[in-house]
Amino acid sequence: MIHTSEILETLRMIDHQKLDVRTITMGISLLSCVTDDEHVLAVRVYDMIARRAERLVEVGRAIESEFGIPIVNKRISVTPAALITGAIRNPVIVARALDRAADTTGVDFIGGYSALVQKDMTQADERLIRSIPEALATTRFLCSSINVGSTRSGINMNAVRLMGEVILQTAERTAEQSGLGCAKLVVFCNAVEDNPFMAGAFHGPGEGDCAVSVGVSGPGVVKAALEHVKDKPFDEVAETVKRTAFHITRVGQLVALEASRRLDAPFGIVDLSLAPTPAVGDSVAAILEEMGLETCGTHGTTAALALLNDAVKKGGVMASSHVGGLSGAFIPLSEDIGMIRAAEKGTLCLDKLEAMTCVCSVGLDMIAIPGDTPAETIAAIIADEAAIGMVNNKTTAVRVIPAPGTKVGDSVEFGGLLGRAPVIPVHKESAEAFIRRGGRIPAPLHSLKN
Amino acid sequence: MNEQKKAVISILGADRKGIIAQVTRILYDYDVNILDISQTIVSGLFSMILIADISSEHCPFEALKNSLAEEGQRLNVQIRVQRSEIFEAMHQI
Repeated sequence: MIHTSEILETLRMIDHQKLDVRTITMGISLLSCVTDDEHVLAVRVYDMIARRAERLVEVGRAIESEFGIPIVNKRISVTPAALITGAIRNPVIVARALDRAADTTGVDFIGGYSALVQKDMTQADERLIRSIPEALATTRFLCSSINVGSTRSGINMNAVRLMGEVILQTAERTAEQSGLGCAKLVVFCNAVEDNPFMAGAFHGPGEGDCAVSVGVSGPGVVKAALEHVKDKPFDEVAETVKRTAFHITRVGQLVALEASRRLDAPFGIVDLSLAPTPAVGDSVAAILEEMGLETCGTHGTTAALALLNDAVKKGGVMASSHVGGLSGAFIPLSEDIGMIRAAEKGTLCLDKLEAMTCVCSVGLDMIAIPGDTPAETIAAIIADEAAIGMVNNKTTAVRVIPAPGTKVGDSVEFGGLLGRAPVIPVHKESAEAFIRRGGRIPAPLHSLKN
Repeated sequence: MNEQKKAVISILGADRKGIIAQVTRILYDYDVNILDISQTIVSGLFSMILIADISSEHCPFEALKNSLAEEGQRLNVQIRVQRSEIFEAMHQI
């Protein structure tokens, strides 16, 4: 029998510490839709998604109601669109079909307007990448991601250069919404095929026809647990995070299995992530500050984050039968009230955020930079981040928003889960000649593992 | 529908007469069998936890949940119904 104290603890986590399941994401393969007739392709893509995900939102809501755990988003990820648009001229047609399917099924986002170009680009890849600004400006739910590097292949610097331009164009095309399009565009190194989190979710070519994955959350629960080990050594801090992550992940596993059963789709993975939201009490920065830092971003932040990230994985991995996705602590600046405050104070800067990405789940995430930032500077930021991922054998990503017409000190409001981003400075010195070189940065020595 | 479905019904709020009477009346109407009841006062707050068997075909989950939530509003307490698996998953290995 369950103890009353355990029931009350769970209720406290949900009511006061913002425990939730961040997303149920259904991955759908579109490989069988391929044709050289763009209108037929659009119809097949729409039909495939509308059929497979028909009950996704309904099932998500039912689980939410019956188990009493908020499920914040229901999402769809699909096969990278560049893989199914090789025989047509205008991939934006597929972007619109994906968006319509998202609207019909009632999901919050659909991801997979993507290309995997870590070594080189096909013509289809390049057409898709160049179409991103239009695709994101003319759709509502669509998310896009491009993989420009990997530990095995090195970094495709031609793609990096192109993405600098594409990000700026996307910001300009969505200028009236402060460059919102860029919040739905991620540039990866070592992208994973089963990530349920947006904007970087896609259903990789190594996946099956369909899979249901879940991303958990719970920074508030970890923060509350650490309040009980004030001034104790780090051994106890790590143990506390592990125990808490275990509890959180068990909920994710339960929801994932239940969703998989009710949707009659295979269970994919649970992503053990600590994903903050802009709500007070749902902050990763607050966890780091609870460990003893006056403000997130000061000296000690990287060490604190490294401990947190590792302990989350150690605690969560035993609680789920399949762990995958990005799994770790996220540091999206605009989505974390503690990070927003730290950036506004000037304690948290781009260089420190880059250092933090060496030890946490992903990368430079939801960061607004001045609207007049040159494309080459954005490309150089991507190159730095991709280098960290490539050398350290981990996923890294860049999701920056060069908010049109803004300067350092301004603030950009995106609303909802995307939050509010203070515009932070980038280095003024040019990287133009560096980016102009193009070509490929070779894979590191440790890629030669065979 | 043969497997036993269990729910945890939690009631939190200020103490007053009739809470148990009203809640158990609704449970009886929905053909729910109560398996366990515990009542405590936590930080001055009345809290009652019932564990109930909701397997009966006369007990549609959403209807039970809504009836209890409405009664909770009348009694000025929060009444929640959740499938027990979430608590078992979290606290039992």
